[in-house]
Amino acid sequence: MSDGAPKVAAGPAKNRIGLTRADYDGSKSTLCPGCGHNAITAAIIQAAYESGLQPHEVAKLSGIGCSSKTPAYFLGHSHGFNAVHGRMPSIATGVRVANHKLLLIGISGDGDTASIGLGQFCHMVRRNVPVVYIIENNGVYGLTKGQFSATADVGSTTKGGSINDLMPIDCCALAIELGCGFVARSFSGDQKQLRPLLKAAFAHHGTAVLDVISPCVTFADHEGSSKSYAYVKEHDAPLHDIEYVPYFEDITVDYEPGTTREVEMPDGSHIYLKKLAEDYDPTSRERALASIHEARAEQKLVTGLLYAEPGIKPFDDELNMVDAALATLPLELVRPPKSALDQVMEQLKTGKGVPSGGGGA
Amino acid sequence: MDTIVNDFSIQVATVNGSGSQTANTVLLRALFQMGIPVSGKNLFPSNIAGLPTWFTIRASKDGYIARRRESDILVVMNPETAAEDVAAMGPGSVIVLNDSIKVPPIPPDRIVYSVPMAKLMEPITTDVKLRRLVVNMIYVGVLGELLGLAEEEVERALDAQLGRKPKALALNHAAVRAGWEYAHTNFEKRHPFRAQRMNATQGKILIEGNAAGALGALFGGVTVVTWYPITPSTSLVESLIGYLNRFRKDPATGKATYAVVQAEDEISAIGMVLGAGWAGARSMTSTSGPGISLMSEFTGYGYYAEIPAVIWDIQRVGPSTGLPTRTAQGDVMFAHLSSHGDTKHPVLFPCSVRDCYDFGIRAFDLAERLQTPVFVLSDLDIGMNNWMSDPFPYPEGGWDRGKVLGDSELAELSKFERYRDVDGDGIPFRTLPGTRDPKGVYFTRGSGHDEAARYTEKPDDYRRGMDRLRAKYDTARTLVPSPVVDDQGRRAGILAYGSSHWAVLEARDLLRKESGVETDYLLLKALPFNDAVASFIAKHERIYVVEQNRDAQMAGLLKMEYPGHAARIRSVLHYDGLPIDARSVCDPIAEAETMLAEKHEAVTR
Repeated sequence: MSDGAPKVAAGPAKNRIGLTRADYDGSKSTLCPGCGHNAITAAIIQAAYESGLQPHEVAKLSGIGCSSKTPAYFLGHSHGFNAVHGRMPSIATGVRVANHKLLLIGISGDGDTASIGLGQFCHMVRRNVPVVYIIENNGVYGLTKGQFSATADVGSTTKGGSINDLMPIDCCALAIELGCGFVARSFSGDQKQLRPLLKAAFAHHGTAVLDVISPCVTFADHEGSSKSYAYVKEHDAPLHDIEYVPYFEDITVDYEPGTTREVEMPDGSHIYLKKLAEDYDPTSRERALASIHEARAEQKLVTGLLYAEPGIKPFDDELNMVDAALATLPLELVRPPKSALDQVMEQLKTGKGVPSGGGGA
Repeated sequence: MDTIVNDFSIQVATVNGSGSQTANTVLLRALFQMGIPVSGKNLFPSNIAGLPTWFTIRASKDGYIARRRESDILVVMNPETAAEDVAAMGPGSVIVLNDSIKVPPIPPDRIVYSVPMAKLMEPITTDVKLRRLVVNMIYVGVLGELLGLAEEEVERALDAQLGRKPKALALNHAAVRAGWEYAHTNFEKRHPFRAQRMNATQGKILIEGNAAGALGALFGGVTVVTWYPITPSTSLVESLIGYLNRFRKDPATGKATYAVVQAEDEISAIGMVLGAGWAGARSMTSTSGPGISLMSEFTGYGYYAEIPAVIWDIQRVGPSTGLPTRTAQGDVMFAHLSSHGDTKHPVLFPCSVRDCYDFGIRAFDLAERLQTPVFVLSDLDIGMNNWMSDPFPYPEGGWDRGKVLGDSELAELSKFERYRDVDGDGIPFRTLPGTRDPKGVYFTRGSGHDEAARYTEKPDDYRRGMDRLRAKYDTARTLVPSPVVDDQGRRAGILAYGSSHWAVLEARDLLRKESGVETDYLLLKALPFNDAVASFIAKHERIYVVEQNRDAQMAGLLKMEYPGHAARIRSVLHYDGLPIDARSVCDPIAEAETMLAEKHEAVTR
């Protein structure tokens, strides 16, 4: 993959807007060494750099938990908002309607999304609020020292040996069911897959859900965990090899007919999905749900772009807002003229055109 | 028998969902258009249709618009409550009875007018469903005749309600006429109550507090509204949606200069408000007590991370579900101190529809200036009932967007720290996402943070931050609406807020007339308290704090704030879910003051 800008002889490489990779760094991670989340942070930095995101046009949002700390560790030149537990989707919705020019990167965890925040997650997806929503999924609560989360698989054990008997909540299946137009699953150890998925998600208009299995080295990297490095590596079943070609790169991808599927994003960028074991169609909701269910039965972890519907209508369209961000509108545009008030006052004098009040409970 | 002119109250006892609202509005409007001060209060159940509802209309030449405990005129339309309704009427009162309703024997000193309403409806329409709806207009006509309402004003009011539906208008008109004529032909007027034209309402408007609050938000420049439906706040947002639709669309493109989002719950509603406020929009939500409970975690976040938000609480009754369709002032302490840890929020108390309008605008200026959630505590009585008011003035001047640094301001600075108090008012500067200058970037968090918005758990950092928030709260004292004070140097003072104001106004006159007790008065408009409150408390030997809750919440806050004067603070409490009336204020104060005077006399004798 190209860096998107011609290499200059001296100094670090720059992307299409003249920024270096270091310009997308954040502060130093305080997570455990080897934590899967750090690899996701690195992938976000690289993907943002390669996509040439304008840092000031990005807002980073998160809930509470280990994962939700990570927005401090990337894109240090972007505003950030570390919200309350499980409620980042509502913050994201508010930010988005106030300023729809911002690209929102939301970081959550499996506890934050699948337990305390399940309702908000569902309603954000249902509204199709444009957010790149990344679930850093390790099946445990890290900050409170290793309790199961709602994504832990049946039969998985805690470090102390207790066994989970409860059905896991599959956030990808849920998102697809709720009409999400971009659903992917990946693994923090697979940068090659994660990076193009992130870049494609940045270009999506609507909620993009990325469920990234991200092993917890301290509480869930043992033998009984189905989200340990060893387990995930062994059971990872990628659906396809993914290449992402942004609209601003003049690259043609040659492929033999029948080997690759192509998804075009609204900005003209392309996702190329090279067939592996089977010819997976990411535009079929039924196929996507079936493959998630089959994988569970076969104890496999399907990764890749599960479902894509790039033409889906984002929440902004629903609201039919003016082009300028609402937050930036001047007083003249948001305070109606005196004649409007006079008109209402006149109606209230006579009662004409004023609906009679009344109850309702 | 002396006639009593323009001083009576009417109670219509009916069933909700029966279409009586239009009839009651016509009566209210007709009196209003005759120049007589009126108020209308709807007492309705938490139900869609079929349960008892009472509508009271008070006409008062003296301009008293609080609820009155006793009714002078009862209209009996609900068989289920008829016995109870009739039993509540005193000697000399008037009972207009739908004759198909059976009631126990009525004492002869009550004046009964029995009207064959079903029979009168027969020639008007054959449609049974329509008959049920339109029958309410019969009592409009009967009362029109009995009270001497101006016929043309009844017609005008009816036309304003139904003018756009000619068929319905004709039917309703016929029913009014039938009632009117029946009463004229068959009843000899044995009651003293009469309506006569006067000139006290000219140029005035009639509006519900929720609609007034919505107008305030509209002219305050709201851009993001989020909500979850809950009685009695729903009509605020629904009115606002109507106004936004009408006045806030770009005529060229039809695009909206606002966004309204119906959230999945109140947690989400306040989350959206905070997200939008953080990003620089004027954002608000409207709810009632249960919603405030759900919002409390995020409210504390807004306080600590310092994000503007406007939260309307149209108070209803009770802990838990309580009485969802009745009124109270029970959320004062909870809203003010909402959330865990040390939190306190500015709270505005509108006492009138005019205040709802003004505070609808001003709450945004305050929230953005102070960078914090601001509550507007209205209640069901103000919010869902019709009140007279002078027309609202167009807002003068601009708006206050608070201390926001944009790129041009940042360019002049060598550094920016989000939470540093650079000019001593406790309010730091903020930047908005989308700002280009990397100096302006910061990370917002609800966890411990220092002046530069960096994560910290250091004891000194935390304490310094909390002390600055207290300094900011002290600045808020100078910015929130000041109380309205009538201080003539009397020994006893009354302190009230919100909808209790109207009962206090009337009670002060009653105290003077009936008991010779003179009182000073402070009408509180906001928390935190300012110097005017401090001096009123210091200057009066006895301060009667009137409020509509059981636990004397405002009195408690006053005692916390002024512990040295705690012994002066007494409570007059009303908490049965009905709007407070003057008698409930006057009697306990009269008793206490008379006892004191007697004691004083005994000692000096």
